[in-house]
Amino acid sequence: MSDKVFICRCEDLTQEEIEQAIDEGFTTLEELKCRLRLGMGPCQGRSCLSLARRILCKKTNKSTEEIKLPPSRPPEVPVSLGTLASD
Amino acid sequence: MNEIEKKADIIIIGGGVNGCSLAYQLAKKGKKVVLCERNYICSGATGRCGAGIRQQWSTRENTELSIKSIKIFEKLEKELGQDIGLRQGGYLIIVHNNKDMIQAEKNVKMQKELGLDVSILTPDEILDVVSILDIEGMKAIGATFCPTDGHVDPFKTTHAYAKAAERQGAKLYKFTNVTDIKTKNKRIDCVVTNRGKIKTNIVINAAGAWSKQIAEKLNIKLPNKPFRKEILVTERVKPVFKAMVISFKDGIYFSQQDEGQILGGIPIPNEISGYLTNPTFDFLNHMSKTLTRYSPKLKYVNVIRQWTGYYDVTPDARPILGEVDEIKGFIQCNGFSGHGFMLSPMVTKILTDYITDGKSSDILEKLLIKRFKDKEITHETSVVG
Repeated sequence: MSDKVFICRCEDLTQEEIEQAIDEGFTTLEELKCRLRLGMGPCQGRSCLSLARRILCKKTNKSTEEIKLPPSRPPEVPVSLGTLASD
Repeated sequence: MNEIEKKADIIIIGGGVNGCSLAYQLAKKGKKVVLCERNYICSGATGRCGAGIRQQWSTRENTELSIKSIKIFEKLEKELGQDIGLRQGGYLIIVHNNKDMIQAEKNVKMQKELGLDVSILTPDEILDVVSILDIEGMKAIGATFCPTDGHVDPFKTTHAYAKAAERQGAKLYKFTNVTDIKTKNKRIDCVVTNRGKIKTNIVINAAGAWSKQIAEKLNIKLPNKPFRKEILVTERVKPVFKAMVISFKDGIYFSQQDEGQILGGIPIPNEISGYLTNPTFDFLNHMSKTLTRYSPKLKYVNVIRQWTGYYDVTPDARPILGEVDEIKGFIQCNGFSGHGFMLSPMVTKILTDYITDGKSSDILEKLLIKRFKDKEITHETSVVG
Protein backbone atom coordinates (compact mmCIF):
# COMPACT_ATOMS: atom_id res chain seq x y z
CA MET A 1 0.00 0.00 0.00
CA SER A 2 1.17 3.53 -0.78
CA ASP A 3 1.67 5.89 2.15
CA LYS A 4 0.38 8.86 0.12
CA VAL A 5 -2.51 10.69 1.76
CA PHE A 6 -5.03 11.92 -0.81
CA ILE A 7 -6.82 15.15 0.13
CA CYS A 8 -8.58 16.10 -3.15
CA ARG A 9 -9.75 12.93 -4.85
CA CYS A 10 -11.22 14.60 -7.95
CA GLU A 11 -7.93 16.26 -8.80
CA ASP A 12 -5.62 13.61 -7.30
CA LEU A 13 -3.91 15.87 -4.79
CA THR A 14 -1.88 14.56 -1.88
CA GLN A 15 -1.21 16.12 1.50
CA GLU A 16 2.44 16.43 0.50
CA GLU A 17 1.60 18.44 -2.64
CA ILE A 18 -0.60 20.81 -0.63
CA GLU A 19 2.06 21.30 2.03
CA GLN A 20 4.64 21.97 -0.65
CA ALA A 21 2.44 24.65 -2.29
CA ILE A 22 1.91 26.32 1.10
CA ASP A 23 5.70 26.39 1.54
CA GLU A 24 5.96 28.06 -1.87
CA GLY A 25 3.78 30.90 -0.55
CA PHE A 26 0.25 29.91 -1.59
CA THR A 27 -1.23 30.58 1.82
CA THR A 28 -4.98 30.90 1.26
CA LEU A 29 -7.44 28.29 0.00
CA GLU A 30 -8.18 30.36 -3.10
CA GLU A 31 -4.50 30.48 -3.98
CA LEU A 32 -4.17 26.74 -3.46
CA LYS A 33 -7.16 26.30 -5.73
CA CYS A 34 -5.48 28.34 -8.48
CA ARG A 35 -2.16 26.60 -8.01
CA LEU A 36 -3.28 22.99 -7.68
CA ARG A 37 -6.89 22.89 -8.94
CA LEU A 38 -7.83 21.94 -5.37
CA GLY A 39 -11.61 21.52 -5.14
CA MET A 40 -12.21 22.18 -8.85
CA GLY A 41 -13.43 18.69 -9.78
CA PRO A 42 -16.97 17.27 -9.94
CA CYS A 43 -17.47 17.34 -6.13
CA GLN A 44 -16.56 21.06 -6.02
CA GLY A 45 -14.48 20.74 -2.86
CA ARG A 46 -17.04 19.11 -0.62
CA SER A 47 -14.54 17.03 1.32
CA CYS A 48 -11.14 18.38 0.33
CA LEU A 49 -11.58 22.05 1.20
CA SER A 50 -12.10 21.49 4.90
CA LEU A 51 -9.24 18.99 4.99
CA ALA A 52 -6.98 21.45 3.17
CA ARG A 53 -8.08 24.16 5.58
CA ARG A 54 -6.85 22.06 8.50
CA ILE A 55 -3.49 21.59 6.80
CA LEU A 56 -3.31 25.38 6.25
CA CYS A 57 -4.18 26.03 9.91
CA LYS A 58 -1.38 23.77 11.09
CA LYS A 59 1.23 25.13 8.68
CA THR A 60 0.43 28.82 9.16
CA ASN A 61 -0.51 28.74 12.86
CA LYS A 62 -3.94 30.18 12.19
CA SER A 63 -7.33 29.22 13.54
CA THR A 64 -10.03 27.74 11.31
CA GLU A 65 -12.03 30.99 11.51
CA GLU A 66 -9.12 32.94 10.07
CA ILE A 67 -9.03 30.84 6.91
CA LYS A 68 -11.76 31.72 4.45
CA LEU A 69 -13.37 29.08 2.27
CA PRO A 70 -13.44 29.99 -1.44
CA PRO A 71 -16.89 31.12 -2.65
CA SER A 72 -19.05 28.20 -3.73
CA ARG A 73 -19.95 28.27 -7.39
CA PRO A 74 -23.32 27.36 -8.89
CA PRO A 75 -24.86 25.01 -9.87
CA GLU A 76 -23.58 23.31 -6.63
CA VAL A 77 -24.24 19.82 -8.02
CA PRO A 78 -23.51 18.71 -11.59
CA VAL A 79 -26.45 19.48 -13.91
CA SER A 80 -26.56 18.47 -17.58
CA LEU A 81 -26.40 21.09 -20.35
CA GLY A 82 -29.63 19.59 -21.71
CA THR A 83 -31.48 20.27 -18.45
CA LEU A 84 -30.03 23.77 -18.14
CA ALA A 85 -31.03 24.52 -21.75
CA SER A 86 -34.71 23.74 -21.14
CA ASP A 87 -37.32 26.52 -20.87
CA MET B 1 3.20 40.91 7.37
CA ASN B 2 6.83 41.85 6.80
CA GLU B 3 8.21 45.33 6.20
CA ILE B 4 7.92 46.55 2.63
CA GLU B 5 10.47 48.35 0.47
CA LYS B 6 10.67 52.14 0.90
CA LYS B 7 11.86 52.91 -2.62
CA ALA B 8 11.53 51.43 -6.11
CA ASP B 9 12.34 52.36 -9.70
CA ILE B 10 8.93 51.16 -10.80
CA ILE B 11 5.73 50.24 -8.99
CA ILE B 12 3.26 48.01 -10.80
CA ILE B 13 -0.34 48.02 -9.60
CA GLY B 14 -2.08 44.72 -10.31
CA GLY B 15 -0.92 41.09 -10.06
CA GLY B 16 -2.53 39.70 -13.19
CA VAL B 17 -0.62 38.33 -16.15
CA ASN B 18 0.32 41.79 -17.44
CA GLY B 19 1.57 43.02 -14.06
CA CYS B 20 3.60 39.87 -13.41
CA SER B 21 5.06 39.80 -16.92
CA LEU B 22 6.10 43.46 -16.56
CA ALA B 23 7.63 42.73 -13.16
CA TYR B 24 9.70 39.93 -14.70
CA GLN B 25 10.86 41.84 -17.77
CA LEU B 26 11.67 45.09 -15.97
CA ALA B 27 13.52 43.29 -13.17
CA LYS B 28 15.47 41.35 -15.77
CA LYS B 29 16.61 44.69 -17.22
CA GLY B 30 18.01 45.58 -13.81
CA LYS B 31 15.17 47.77 -12.53
CA LYS B 32 14.13 47.70 -8.90
CA VAL B 33 10.50 46.62 -9.20
CA VAL B 34 7.68 46.43 -6.67
CA LEU B 35 4.31 44.96 -7.56
CA CYS B 36 1.25 45.64 -5.38
CA GLU B 37 -1.72 43.32 -5.68
CA ARG B 38 -4.78 44.06 -3.57
CA ASN B 39 -5.82 40.40 -3.45
CA TYR B 40 -3.67 37.41 -4.51
CA ILE B 41 -1.78 36.79 -7.79
CA CYS B 42 -4.27 35.84 -10.54
CA SER B 43 -7.32 36.81 -8.46
CA GLY B 44 -8.79 39.12 -11.12
CA ALA B 45 -9.58 38.73 -14.80
CA THR B 46 -6.47 36.65 -15.60
CA GLY B 47 -7.48 33.81 -13.30
CA ARG B 48 -11.07 33.89 -14.54
CA CYS B 49 -10.53 34.08 -18.29
CA GLY B 50 -11.25 31.58 -21.05
CA ALA B 51 -7.50 31.02 -21.60
CA GLY B 52 -7.68 31.28 -25.39
CA ILE B 53 -4.94 32.84 -27.50
CA ARG B 54 -5.82 33.92 -31.03
CA GLN B 55 -4.40 35.94 -33.88
CA GLN B 56 -7.55 36.45 -35.97
CA TRP B 57 -8.66 40.07 -35.57
CA SER B 58 -10.21 42.84 -37.62
CA THR B 59 -7.68 45.54 -36.71
CA ARG B 60 -4.05 45.43 -37.84
CA GLU B 61 -2.70 46.40 -34.41
CA ASN B 62 -4.42 43.55 -32.59
CA THR B 63 -3.39 41.06 -35.29
CA GLU B 64 0.23 42.19 -35.13
CA LEU B 65 0.26 42.24 -31.33
CA SER B 66 -1.19 38.74 -31.12
CA ILE B 67 1.02 37.18 -33.83
CA LYS B 68 4.06 38.44 -31.93
CA SER B 69 2.51 37.42 -28.61
CA ILE B 70 2.05 33.82 -29.72
CA LYS B 71 5.67 33.69 -30.92
CA ILE B 72 6.64 34.70 -27.36
CA PHE B 73 4.20 32.19 -25.78
CA GLU B 74 5.84 29.46 -27.90
CA LYS B 75 9.21 30.13 -26.25
CA LEU B 76 7.98 31.12 -22.80
CA GLU B 77 8.16 27.73 -21.14
CA LYS B 78 11.87 27.56 -21.92
CA GLU B 79 12.50 31.14 -20.84
CA LEU B 80 10.65 30.92 -17.51
CA GLY B 81 11.70 27.34 -16.78
CA GLN B 82 8.13 26.26 -16.01
CA ASP B 83 5.27 24.63 -17.90
CA ILE B 84 2.70 27.22 -19.08
CA GLY B 85 0.21 24.73 -20.55
CA LEU B 86 0.50 25.90 -24.18
CA ARG B 87 -1.60 23.96 -26.69
CA GLN B 88 -2.10 25.09 -30.27
CA GLY B 89 -5.33 23.48 -31.45
CA GLY B 90 -6.47 26.44 -33.54
CA TYR B 91 -9.40 28.85 -33.42
CA LEU B 92 -12.43 28.09 -35.57
CA ILE B 93 -14.49 31.22 -36.18
CA ILE B 94 -17.97 30.33 -37.42
CA VAL B 95 -19.45 32.53 -40.16
CA HIS B 96 -23.26 32.63 -40.44
CA ASN B 97 -24.19 34.82 -43.40
CA ASN B 98 -22.85 36.45 -46.55
CA LYS B 99 -22.38 39.84 -44.98
CA ASP B 100 -20.18 38.38 -42.23
CA MET B 101 -18.33 36.32 -44.85
CA ILE B 102 -17.34 39.53 -46.64
CA GLN B 103 -15.89 40.87 -43.36
CA ALA B 104 -14.21 37.49 -42.70
CA GLU B 105 -12.59 37.55 -46.16
CA LYS B 106 -11.36 41.07 -45.51
CA ASN B 107 -9.93 40.04 -42.14
CA VAL B 108 -8.23 36.95 -43.59
CA LYS B 109 -6.66 39.03 -46.38
CA MET B 110 -5.19 41.49 -43.87
CA GLN B 111 -4.09 38.65 -41.55
CA LYS B 112 -2.35 36.84 -44.43
CA GLU B 113 -0.52 40.05 -45.37
CA LEU B 114 0.87 40.00 -41.85
CA GLY B 115 2.10 36.44 -42.42
CA LEU B 116 -0.57 34.48 -40.57
CA ASP B 117 -1.45 30.91 -41.55
CA VAL B 118 -5.23 31.29 -41.79
CA SER B 119 -7.84 29.97 -44.21
CA ILE B 120 -11.56 29.96 -45.00
CA LEU B 121 -13.28 26.61 -44.50
CA THR B 122 -16.41 25.10 -46.07
CA PRO B 123 -19.03 23.50 -43.80
CA ASP B 124 -17.58 20.05 -44.54
CA GLU B 125 -14.12 21.24 -43.61
CA ILE B 126 -15.50 22.65 -40.33
CA LEU B 127 -16.46 19.11 -39.33
CA ASP B 128 -12.95 17.88 -40.13
CA VAL B 129 -11.67 20.26 -37.46
CA VAL B 130 -14.42 19.76 -34.83
CA SER B 131 -16.51 16.68 -35.59
CA ILE B 132 -19.17 17.20 -32.90
CA LEU B 133 -20.49 20.46 -34.38
CA ASP B 134 -23.90 20.72 -36.06
CA ILE B 135 -23.73 22.86 -39.21
CA GLU B 136 -27.49 23.40 -39.39
CA GLY B 137 -27.84 24.09 -35.67
CA MET B 138 -25.10 26.71 -35.87
CA LYS B 139 -26.55 28.11 -39.12
CA ALA B 140 -23.01 28.07 -40.48
CA ILE B 141 -22.07 28.87 -44.06
CA GLY B 142 -18.34 28.58 -43.42
CA ALA B 143 -15.58 29.45 -40.99
CA THR B 144 -12.10 30.85 -40.72
CA PHE B 145 -9.40 28.73 -39.12
CA CYS B 146 -5.92 29.45 -37.85
CA PRO B 147 -4.08 26.33 -36.62
CA THR B 148 -1.51 28.17 -34.50
CA ASP B 149 -4.14 29.83 -32.28
CA GLY B 150 -4.86 27.94 -29.11
CA HIS B 151 -4.79 27.88 -25.35
CA VAL B 152 -2.41 28.71 -22.51
CA ASP B 153 -2.96 28.09 -18.79
CA PRO B 154 -3.40 31.53 -17.14
CA PHE B 155 -2.53 30.30 -13.62
CA LYS B 156 0.60 28.45 -14.68
CA THR B 157 1.75 31.34 -16.89
CA THR B 158 1.19 34.06 -14.29
CA HIS B 159 2.73 32.03 -11.46
CA ALA B 160 5.71 31.29 -13.72
CA TYR B 161 6.14 35.01 -14.46
CA ALA B 162 5.79 35.85 -10.76
CA LYS B 163 8.41 33.29 -9.75
CA ALA B 164 10.80 34.41 -12.47
CA ALA B 165 10.28 38.05 -11.45
CA GLU B 166 11.18 37.21 -7.85
CA ARG B 167 14.28 35.36 -9.02
CA GLN B 168 15.28 38.60 -10.79
CA GLY B 169 14.87 40.52 -7.54
CA ALA B 170 11.37 41.99 -7.99
CA LYS B 171 9.20 42.26 -4.87
CA LEU B 172 5.65 41.03 -5.32
CA TYR B 173 3.37 42.10 -2.47
CA LYS B 174 -0.01 40.38 -2.39
CA PHE B 175 -2.87 41.57 -0.14
CA THR B 176 -1.38 45.06 -0.51
CA ASN B 177 -3.81 47.81 -1.42
CA VAL B 178 -2.76 51.06 -3.09
CA THR B 179 -4.71 53.76 -1.28
CA ASP B 180 -3.15 56.85 -2.87
CA ILE B 181 -0.62 58.02 -5.46
CA LYS B 182 1.15 61.32 -4.89
CA THR B 183 2.78 63.62 -7.46
CA LYS B 184 5.33 66.44 -7.31
CA ASN B 185 5.58 68.95 -10.18
CA LYS B 186 3.36 66.79 -12.38
CA ARG B 187 5.59 63.79 -11.84
CA ILE B 188 4.89 60.60 -9.87
CA ASP B 189 6.44 60.91 -6.40
CA CYS B 190 5.22 58.04 -4.27
CA VAL B 191 2.61 55.34 -3.78
CA VAL B 192 0.75 54.93 -0.49
CA THR B 193 -0.39 51.44 0.48
CA ASN B 194 -2.06 49.90 3.51
CA ARG B 195 1.42 48.63 4.44
CA GLY B 196 3.31 51.87 4.03
CA LYS B 197 4.66 54.42 1.57
CA ILE B 198 6.96 53.60 -1.36
CA LYS B 199 8.92 56.29 -3.22
CA THR B 200 9.00 55.96 -7.00
CA ASN B 201 8.90 57.96 -10.24
CA ILE B 202 7.09 55.38 -12.34
CA VAL B 203 3.72 53.74 -11.72
CA ILE B 204 2.20 51.21 -14.10
CA ASN B 205 -1.57 50.94 -13.88
CA ALA B 206 -2.29 47.27 -14.64
CA ALA B 207 -5.27 46.93 -12.32
CA GLY B 208 -7.71 45.55 -14.89
CA ALA B 209 -11.30 46.55 -14.22
CA TRP B 210 -10.11 48.71 -11.30
CA SER B 211 -7.62 50.70 -13.43
CA LYS B 212 -10.18 53.45 -13.79
CA GLN B 213 -10.27 53.87 -9.99
CA ILE B 214 -6.48 53.92 -9.78
CA ALA B 215 -6.30 56.66 -12.45
CA GLU B 216 -8.96 58.67 -10.62
CA LYS B 217 -6.56 59.03 -7.68
CA LEU B 218 -4.53 61.23 -10.05
CA ASN B 219 -7.54 62.94 -11.61
CA ILE B 220 -6.97 61.10 -14.87
CA LYS B 221 -10.22 59.98 -16.44
CA LEU B 222 -10.04 56.64 -18.26
CA PRO B 223 -12.92 55.81 -20.62
CA ASN B 224 -12.87 52.15 -19.48
CA LYS B 225 -16.02 50.48 -18.19
CA PRO B 226 -16.21 47.22 -16.22
CA PHE B 227 -18.50 44.51 -17.59
CA ARG B 228 -19.32 41.31 -15.73
CA LYS B 229 -18.67 38.27 -17.90
CA GLU B 230 -19.70 34.71 -17.15
CA ILE B 231 -18.15 31.38 -18.00
CA LEU B 232 -18.85 27.74 -17.21
CA VAL B 233 -17.00 24.46 -17.17
CA THR B 234 -18.26 20.89 -17.52
CA GLU B 235 -17.13 17.61 -16.05
CA ARG B 236 -14.28 15.84 -17.82
CA VAL B 237 -15.32 13.80 -20.83
CA LYS B 238 -13.26 12.02 -23.48
CA PRO B 239 -11.22 14.61 -25.44
CA VAL B 240 -12.80 14.90 -28.91
CA PHE B 241 -11.75 18.33 -30.18
CA LYS B 242 -8.79 20.65 -29.82
CA ALA B 243 -9.93 23.91 -31.44
CA MET B 244 -11.59 26.86 -29.74
CA VAL B 245 -14.95 27.43 -31.46
CA ILE B 246 -16.21 31.01 -31.52
CA SER B 247 -18.87 33.12 -33.22
CA PHE B 248 -18.94 36.92 -33.28
CA LYS B 249 -22.65 36.88 -34.12
CA ASP B 250 -23.73 34.65 -31.21
CA GLY B 251 -20.91 35.84 -28.96
CA ILE B 252 -20.17 32.26 -27.88
CA TYR B 253 -16.75 30.70 -27.36
CA PHE B 254 -15.94 27.18 -26.14
CA SER B 255 -13.12 24.68 -26.17
CA GLN B 256 -12.17 21.37 -24.63
CA GLN B 257 -9.12 21.16 -22.40
CA ASP B 258 -6.66 18.28 -22.68
CA GLU B 259 -8.03 16.88 -19.41
CA GLY B 260 -11.50 16.71 -21.00
CA GLN B 261 -13.53 19.52 -19.49
CA ILE B 262 -15.41 21.85 -21.85
CA LEU B 263 -15.12 25.51 -20.99
CA GLY B 264 -16.96 28.43 -22.52
CA GLY B 265 -18.87 31.66 -22.25
CA ILE B 266 -21.36 33.94 -23.93
CA PRO B 267 -22.52 37.50 -23.14
CA ILE B 268 -25.30 37.76 -20.58
CA PRO B 269 -28.41 39.11 -22.36
CA ASN B 270 -28.95 42.84 -21.64
CA GLU B 271 -25.88 43.13 -19.41
CA ILE B 272 -25.10 46.66 -18.26
CA SER B 273 -21.77 48.00 -17.03
CA GLY B 274 -20.98 47.81 -13.30
CA TYR B 275 -19.07 45.98 -10.58
CA LEU B 276 -21.37 42.96 -10.34
CA THR B 277 -19.98 39.58 -9.34
CA ASN B 278 -22.95 37.26 -8.82
CA PRO B 279 -23.39 34.49 -11.38
CA THR B 280 -26.80 34.37 -13.10
CA PHE B 281 -29.19 31.65 -14.19
CA ASP B 282 -29.89 33.66 -17.37
CA PHE B 283 -26.32 32.99 -18.43
CA LEU B 284 -26.49 29.25 -17.65
CA ASN B 285 -29.70 28.93 -19.62
CA HIS B 286 -28.56 31.04 -22.59
CA MET B 287 -25.13 29.37 -22.75
CA SER B 288 -26.55 25.85 -22.49
CA LYS B 289 -29.12 26.57 -25.19
CA THR B 290 -26.55 27.97 -27.59
CA LEU B 291 -23.92 25.33 -26.84
CA THR B 292 -26.34 22.42 -27.35
CA ARG B 293 -27.53 24.07 -30.57
CA TYR B 294 -23.91 24.16 -31.77
CA SER B 295 -23.35 20.57 -30.63
CA PRO B 296 -26.51 18.64 -29.62
CA LYS B 297 -24.37 15.71 -28.42
CA LEU B 298 -23.24 17.81 -25.48
CA LYS B 299 -26.68 17.85 -23.83
CA TYR B 300 -25.77 14.88 -21.64
CA VAL B 301 -22.57 16.48 -20.35
CA ASN B 302 -22.77 17.94 -16.84
CA VAL B 303 -21.92 21.51 -15.93
CA ILE B 304 -19.98 21.57 -12.66
CA ARG B 305 -19.17 25.25 -12.15
CA GLN B 306 -19.89 28.76 -13.37
CA TRP B 307 -18.12 31.94 -12.34
CA THR B 308 -17.75 35.58 -13.29
CA GLY B 309 -14.95 38.00 -14.08
CA TYR B 310 -14.60 41.44 -15.62
CA TYR B 311 -13.87 42.75 -19.06
CA ASP B 312 -12.24 46.20 -18.74
CA VAL B 313 -13.85 47.66 -21.86
CA THR B 314 -12.70 50.73 -23.82
CA PRO B 315 -14.79 52.59 -26.42
CA ASP B 316 -12.91 50.89 -29.30
CA ALA B 317 -12.34 47.51 -27.57
CA ARG B 318 -8.57 48.01 -27.78
CA PRO B 319 -6.11 48.41 -24.88
CA ILE B 320 -4.81 51.67 -23.47
CA LEU B 321 -1.03 51.64 -23.25
CA GLY B 322 1.77 54.04 -22.47
CA GLU B 323 2.37 57.26 -20.59
CA VAL B 324 -0.33 59.90 -20.10
CA ASP B 325 0.47 63.49 -21.13
CA GLU B 326 -0.64 65.04 -17.83
CA ILE B 327 1.63 63.20 -15.38
CA LYS B 328 5.19 62.07 -16.08
CA GLY B 329 5.77 58.48 -15.10
CA PHE B 330 2.12 57.37 -15.02
CA ILE B 331 1.88 54.48 -17.45
CA GLN B 332 -1.28 52.65 -18.54
CA CYS B 333 -1.53 48.93 -19.24
CA ASN B 334 -5.27 48.33 -19.16
CA GLY B 335 -8.54 48.45 -21.11
CA PHE B 336 -7.92 45.07 -22.70
CA SER B 337 -11.65 44.56 -23.30
CA GLY B 338 -11.42 40.80 -22.74
CA HIS B 339 -8.09 40.14 -24.44
CA GLY B 340 -5.51 40.99 -21.79
CA PHE B 341 -4.22 37.48 -21.35
CA MET B 342 -3.61 36.69 -24.99
CA LEU B 343 -2.02 40.05 -25.81
CA SER B 344 0.11 40.21 -22.66
CA PRO B 345 3.47 38.93 -23.99
CA MET B 346 3.85 41.64 -26.65
CA VAL B 347 2.10 44.45 -24.78
CA THR B 348 4.41 44.05 -21.81
CA LYS B 349 7.47 43.85 -24.08
CA ILE B 350 6.50 47.13 -25.79
CA LEU B 351 6.03 48.83 -22.42
CA THR B 352 9.29 47.41 -21.08
CA ASP B 353 11.16 48.80 -24.12
CA TYR B 354 9.51 52.18 -23.57
CA ILE B 355 10.31 52.32 -19.86
CA THR B 356 13.88 51.04 -20.01
CA ASP B 357 15.11 52.56 -23.30
CA GLY B 358 12.56 55.30 -23.98
CA LYS B 359 11.81 53.44 -27.20
CA SER B 360 8.36 54.04 -28.65
CA SER B 361 6.74 52.08 -31.48
CA ASP B 362 3.96 52.47 -34.04
CA ILE B 363 1.64 50.24 -32.04
CA LEU B 364 2.31 52.08 -28.79
CA GLU B 365 1.61 55.44 -30.46
CA LYS B 366 -1.72 54.14 -31.77
CA LEU B 367 -2.82 52.81 -28.38
CA LEU B 368 -2.10 55.89 -26.26
CA ILE B 369 -5.08 57.27 -24.36
CA LYS B 370 -5.05 60.46 -26.44
CA ARG B 371 -6.55 58.56 -29.41
CA PHE B 372 -9.98 59.07 -27.82
CA LYS B 373 -9.65 62.80 -28.44
CA ASP B 374 -9.63 62.13 -32.20
CA LYS B 375 -12.90 62.19 -34.05
CA GLU B 376 -12.53 58.83 -35.69
CA ILE B 377 -11.52 55.69 -33.84
CA THR B 378 -11.00 52.24 -35.35
CA HIS B 379 -13.15 49.75 -33.52
CA GLU B 380 -12.06 46.14 -33.01
CA THR B 381 -15.11 44.13 -34.13
CA SER B 382 -13.79 40.60 -33.58
CA VAL B 383 -14.98 40.25 -29.99
CA VAL B 384 -16.73 37.37 -28.19
CA GLY B 385 -17.84 36.52 -24.65
